[in-house]
Amino acid sequence: MSNEQIDNEVKELLKRAVAPVQDAELRRDLWPQMLRKLDERPSPPRAIPWLDWALVAIVSAVLIFFPGSIPALLYHL
Amino acid sequence: MELLERFAAGDLEAFEVLFRQHQKEVYAWIVRIVRDTGFAEDLTVETFWRIYNHRTQFRPDGNFRAWARRIATNAALDHLRHARAETFLPDDLPCAPSPDPVLRGETRHQISKAFHELPAKYRLVATLALVEEERYANIAQAAGISESLVKIRVFRAVRMLRKKLNFLRAEVTTK
Repeated sequence: MSNEQIDNEVKELLKRAVAPVQDAELRRDLWPQMLRKLDERPSPPRAIPWLDWALVAIVSAVLIFFPGSIPALLYHL
Repeated sequence: MELLERFAAGDLEAFEVLFRQHQKEVYAWIVRIVRDTGFAEDLTVETFWRIYNHRTQFRPDGNFRAWARRIATNAALDHLRHARAETFLPDDLPCAPSPDPVLRGETRHQISKAFHELPAKYRLVATLALVEEERYANIAQAAGISESLVKIRVFRAVRMLRKKLNFLRAEVTTK
């Protein structure tokens, strides 16, 4: 038996064992549940992009290793 | 202001309108993936919670339905990753009865167990493509991957199942 035939047989076995969902109808309105969740779980704080963290790290490293650059930085701020 | 613009601006009433318009469709998509009505309800709410929290990322001229389906697929995938193995195929799910009486009982249990042991991303595409017979293009759009990657994952899922079911094939074909 070829690989393709075996694969088809496995697919057929799966279809015979796991039937598709016939009734996917929602039975109730979920809006009250949604409102509860919005009350319980406030929006998470906005994530800071990794690039911002990288810039902070670079600037900090420059200031630590080259303290002479602090006046120049203050001048440009 | 249009409904989607009001939603993106954080208007809760606009969100409620969208929720009521789309909750049935989102639920129907999720229940076909997770195959449990209780989890599907919770995940529908989780999906809309994510939608509301990421509303600023939504472009009001975009396709809300497709965006919601993609977020629903991610929520369902997260569930598949974390769900315990014992939660597979509850008996109360309104599925068609198994057409083949040979596959009732222990054999059916073994096949569905092997299926639910697949890694989540493979189970997702295999459920939608092989069991629910959803079009590859729809699966690709919902999962945020290419159609060819869907085909590859279905192929790999079948190969993984084949290994797991090797002993069962002989048993079933001899019956």
